[in-house]
Amino acid sequence: MSDYAIETVGLNFNFGNQAIVKDLSLQVPKGSIYGFLGPNGAGKTTTIKILLNLLKSPSDQVFIFGKEINSNRIAILKRIGALVEQPAIYGHLTGKENLVNRCILLGIKKAKADEMLSLVGLAEAANKKASKYSLGMKQRLGIAQALISDPELLLLDEPTNGLDPNGIIEVRNLMIDLATKHQKTILVSSHLLAEIERIATHVGIINKGQLLFQGTINELHLLSKPMLQIEVDNIESASTFLTNSGYEIVAKTDKMITLPYASSQKSGELNTLLIQNGFMVSSLYQQRKDLENLFLDITKTN
Amino acid sequence: MHALYISLVSEFYKSRKTLAFWAAILLPIIICGLISFGFYYDAEKIIANHYPPMLLWAHYSGAALGVMGFLIMPFYVIFMAFSVNNIEHKNDTWKMLFAQPLNKFSIYAAKYLYAVLLIFICLFLFATLTYTFGHLLQVLIPKFNFNQYNPSNILINSYAKLFLASLGILSLQFILSLLWSDFLKPMGIGFVGTIMGIITANVGWKYAYLIPYSLPTLALRITKVKKGADPLAFPVFTQEIWTSLIYAAVLFIVGYFIVTKKSIK
Repeated sequence: MSDYAIETVGLNFNFGNQAIVKDLSLQVPKGSIYGFLGPNGAGKTTTIKILLNLLKSPSDQVFIFGKEINSNRIAILKRIGALVEQPAIYGHLTGKENLVNRCILLGIKKAKADEMLSLVGLAEAANKKASKYSLGMKQRLGIAQALISDPELLLLDEPTNGLDPNGIIEVRNLMIDLATKHQKTILVSSHLLAEIERIATHVGIINKGQLLFQGTINELHLLSKPMLQIEVDNIESASTFLTNSGYEIVAKTDKMITLPYASSQKSGELNTLLIQNGFMVSSLYQQRKDLENLFLDITKTN
Repeated sequence: MHALYISLVSEFYKSRKTLAFWAAILLPIIICGLISFGFYYDAEKIIANHYPPMLLWAHYSGAALGVMGFLIMPFYVIFMAFSVNNIEHKNDTWKMLFAQPLNKFSIYAAKYLYAVLLIFICLFLFATLTYTFGHLLQVLIPKFNFNQYNPSNILINSYAKLFLASLGILSLQFILSLLWSDFLKPMGIGFVGTIMGIITANVGWKYAYLIPYSLPTLALRITKVKKGADPLAFPVFTQEIWTSLIYAAVLFIVGYFIVTKKSIK
């Protein structure tokens, strides 16, 4: 048995002449929360649709629970719950009816619909038409639909889209719960690194259809070196002073100096050093690289 | 088979609150109701004509059949084919549907069968209500002679023909509605096709039977009862019906290949 819930082997996918996914080799370990990161248009949704066999992949390139997807479509889909792009909801039906319809299709008890509604906090809006739902409520209903069959593998495409901060936290906690307490494997896509960092155990970064990085969250942290930004008067002499004192300066603007972040202890020492030498430090803080810079970093090293 | 059954149940569950479903029930009630009301209101005049019972039934049922066959039926079929597919286009739910652990053929066949079923229900109600309301008229106005002839054979034959003749249009429109998410393209093509069908059928073009849209008109034209002729003499399975069934079968299979190749973007 394979240890991967999802494994793609050199997956290629084209729309006409346009290559959307190039030589993609995803490895999503069982029980992990796999953050699938990439900017808009990177090929995340296309990949998820391939994993659901909505888009047909070449044979022997996509394996779910160790089984080839094209020849085991139904058996595999039974074990997957998914939320792709906007939640697929019938606007003329109520929230509950949408879930009951899913129960009919999956051949499961209709009582499950109520259970799911309370899980995602929609019990009170159960009998309201889904077209009257707010964006966040629709998203929750979409998550409920993905969860209703109690699948082993969840594919969630930007599940926090359109949710307010409270909703984002709830969905985040729900995902952590599902993975830790119920041993689900979750693949969650996002274009926000900060969002993924909070929940994921593993990360894959995709850009223009190519996987640039894949590994555990700690391996990613090693790559995404945090920086220390210092706002100080007299930038020129301050940077000369720091260079002479043996610090490596990464960037310098007319307002601030950026150095590699080591630890809070070291940052304090640096602050003291600057002040003792007559510089006025107005601000000093740790800055993580944003996704854009991380991409540049990763592409540079490749 | 199980997958087909649950897909059908789901189709019903999804559409039971929509106009498409209720149209199948309301359309026959309204049209048969209006015609019966007309017969009730004009009873004196109609009785004055002294129709033999068979002709009275022919006039009475012909009113509904004529309107249905020539105009409403093709548009009703076009609308059914549209709405069964539109429910997924409108809500962007194709991808959800095809991500379910059900084989694609069942999902497709269930949609098609559901449209066929709605048309069947609609025509079945037309036949039943024509029969029932006719006898109701007899009870209300005893001077009518509806009770002296049993029209069930002629009703069953006519509506069976109409039903079978409309399946060709259904399959064609089903594919169009599957391909295009908007209302205008399938509706526009269906409208032009229907007009063309009516004209070619009425001018008696010898290849008119090759146009699916002209088949209900052709099928019903032959059904018209001539004075003195035996109304039960007409066969159900005529050339138009076979053409319609062949169109339906071929296009149904073509539609399935479109569905399997359809990329869910």
